Amino acid sequence: MKNKRLIKLVRAFSLGLVLTLILGCERDISDDAVEATFSNIGDVFTDNFVGMGSDFYFPFADSKFDAFSVDNNEGYNSAASYRVDVPNANDATGNYAGAILRIDGDGRDLSSYDALTFWAKASQGVSVDALGFGQDFGENKHQVTANNVSVGTNWAKYTIPIPDASRLVNERGMFWYAAGTQATGGSGYVLWFDDIKFETLGTIAQPRLAIANGNDISIDTFIGVTLPVTGLVETYNLASGVDQSVSPAPSYYTFTSSNPGVASVSEAGIITVNTAGTAVITATLNGLQAEGSLTVNSLGNFQLAPVPTRNPDDVTSIFSDVYTNTPVDFFNGFWEPFQTTLSADFAVDGDNILNYTNFNFVGNQFANPTVDATEKSNLHVNMYIPADIPSDLDFLITIKDFGADQADGGGDDTIQQVFFFAADFTSNTWATLEIPITMANRNNIGLIIYENINNPTTSSIENFYLDNIYFYVP
Amino acid sequence: MTNRFNKTIIKIALKSFTIASFLMVYSCDPDETQVVTQLDNLVIADEFNVEGTPDASLWSFEIGDGTAQGIPGWGNNELQYYTDRPENVTVENGVLVITAQQEVFEGSNYTSGRLITKDLFEQQYGRFEARIRLPYGKGIWPAFWLLGSDCDENPWPQCGEIDIMEYLGDSPTVVFGTAHGPNFSGEDSISKEYELENSRFDTQFHVFGIEWGPDYINYYVDGDLYQTITPDTVNEETDGAGQWVFNRPFYIILNIAVGGNLPGSPNAQTVFPQRMFVDYVRVYN
Repeated sequence: MKNKRLIKLVRAFSLGLVLTLILGCERDISDDAVEATFSNIGDVFTDNFVGMGSDFYFPFADSKFDAFSVDNNEGYNSAASYRVDVPNANDATGNYAGAILRIDGDGRDLSSYDALTFWAKASQGVSVDALGFGQDFGENKHQVTANNVSVGTNWAKYTIPIPDASRLVNERGMFWYAAGTQATGGSGYVLWFDDIKFETLGTIAQPRLAIANGNDISIDTFIGVTLPVTGLVETYNLASGVDQSVSPAPSYYTFTSSNPGVASVSEAGIITVNTAGTAVITATLNGLQAEGSLTVNSLGNFQLAPVPTRNPDDVTSIFSDVYTNTPVDFFNGFWEPFQTTLSADFAVDGDNILNYTNFNFVGNQFANPTVDATEKSNLHVNMYIPADIPSDLDFLITIKDFGADQADGGGDDTIQQVFFFAADFTSNTWATLEIPITMANRNNIGLIIYENINNPTTSSIENFYLDNIYFYVP
Repeated sequence: MTNRFNKTIIKIALKSFTIASFLMVYSCDPDETQVVTQLDNLVIADEFNVEGTPDASLWSFEIGDGTAQGIPGWGNNELQYYTDRPENVTVENGVLVITAQQEVFEGSNYTSGRLITKDLFEQQYGRFEARIRLPYGKGIWPAFWLLGSDCDENPWPQCGEIDIMEYLGDSPTVVFGTAHGPNFSGEDSISKEYELENSRFDTQFHVFGIEWGPDYINYYVDGDLYQTITPDTVNEETDGAGQWVFNRPFYIILNIAVGGNLPGSPNAQTVFPQRMFVDYVRVYN
């Protein structure tokens, strides 16, 4: 769930909404010296900001903007630190703290360093969702992230290795973090950071690289599909003897396709499927081969779902490339602990398709706002099963009205359930599912759940695609 | 030869604190006047330039899990089974390679190698030096060390043990040199750590050595003398109970142990195989 959340943060930011806090901090570094190369200063925050310029704090668009302050009482061997007050989950002004620190001005030459280090502690033991550097709200080409970092209540030093410092000759993204309350039951806490700086430790060693998290995985796909390389991880052994894993941006890697005619990979790690056939994607970083691979099985041309033709005025769309979609909370809630379904969404020639893998059940939630299906009382869903159809397939779609509170639960929810069977589908072909909504309360619909009903080991489908999910006036 | 090694490294550190403080003057502040070694007359050397099995005129293998030797787990609850297979010991590309593997073999879960010069090369006093790149990871315990050649007749610790270099794979910046003898053995041995500031022992070769005379053992790493043990040291450390037994021939041992009392067992992060690369072993007098 955490990863999902972070992806959402980043996406939200790309909409371009940025709040900038002007900080009244003193800066030590003079801008007088004009050099042919960029500054190689390593310090970012050592009791105060170092050489960051004045406009450097950029919170994520949906985070709590004022979660950050300089604490003038607490510090590591000092009386000042970078303080983050992570808000409670129900804080109306933002339910997590997250920001990037980006130099206001020219970047730095960090090519002589091998790690970002900092001291940190928390008001209670926490797992911080993400800490790193290289995020600049541009291409984020040099982003490096340590996920789920355990921070205790005493000051301790943390090390985030640099995968290939030779690329960091003009880097502005000095530090970034995202901290929520999923691991604390929704309760806020305080994080303190100090002595944030790039260092040459000389003890970052034994790099082990992975693509696809070190597994050899295979994906069935089609001409025109673009999909990102995933599971990029680099693990280092630190001087403490402890391993530290980070997720480097794809551009640190060099990707190789065994058959670029079938599938090519961009520098940014985007795979484009060109023709039918098979290609194996592998990766190196600094000449070191990554464990794992991604086999792309291109099955040829993909038949897109029938293009919707209904009048947009008669439609409230949840997911389509034809209509303007209503806001959706999630297309996969990753419900713990029983859901196994993962998402591997893709696009074919610009047509976005939801792709559920390892399926048992999954939900699309759209509670902000809910959908009024009083008039638009038909639900349309295109569904594609890229495999043989089990003869006893029993596929259930549940439509849930959230009631007057417009929220899941609360005692006022009602549901309607519709079953589909093997006869409703043809292998490798789009099916059009039409569901008249007949339940009494249908003016606050907020959730659609898809699930396998029969024994998942004998009759279920593991994988299907969805497109053109919309309510319409019949 | 039971309980040869120290159980608690903390204790070692504390024990060696007094030595550390008096050594400070001339060893912890290496300068041009520091005399690290004086013995330059080469007696034997193995440069490991012949591929394959190590030179049998100098080295023999110790095989097994210690049971045959009467010390299962080699006296320290170690987990490896030593073999003479090239998977565990070989010479290639000009270096001796000792490899610790994770595999089920003869009832053990790990295999490794242990080479000794017993009965083939034994020497009293001199300078013993090796250039080694070490492995890493929790539970990995390589060593370059000496045992008294009369341990069969005068059971350890009476016969003495000089650990020129020991290292724990989860402390990749630290090695330690130790001496064991009567009333200063196991966790009461005399030992000191040497720590690298901006480098590690598993990423490049380092030189580990001792220079040993009738009344001193000097320990050095890369030309830095970091510990001197003398009869007076033994006296002070043991309140007079210890006995200076470093006055007999000793033989050389090179090995990687896996697990055991000192390093603890490997964990999920320990990567196998792990290799110790020995560029040379040289002995001077």
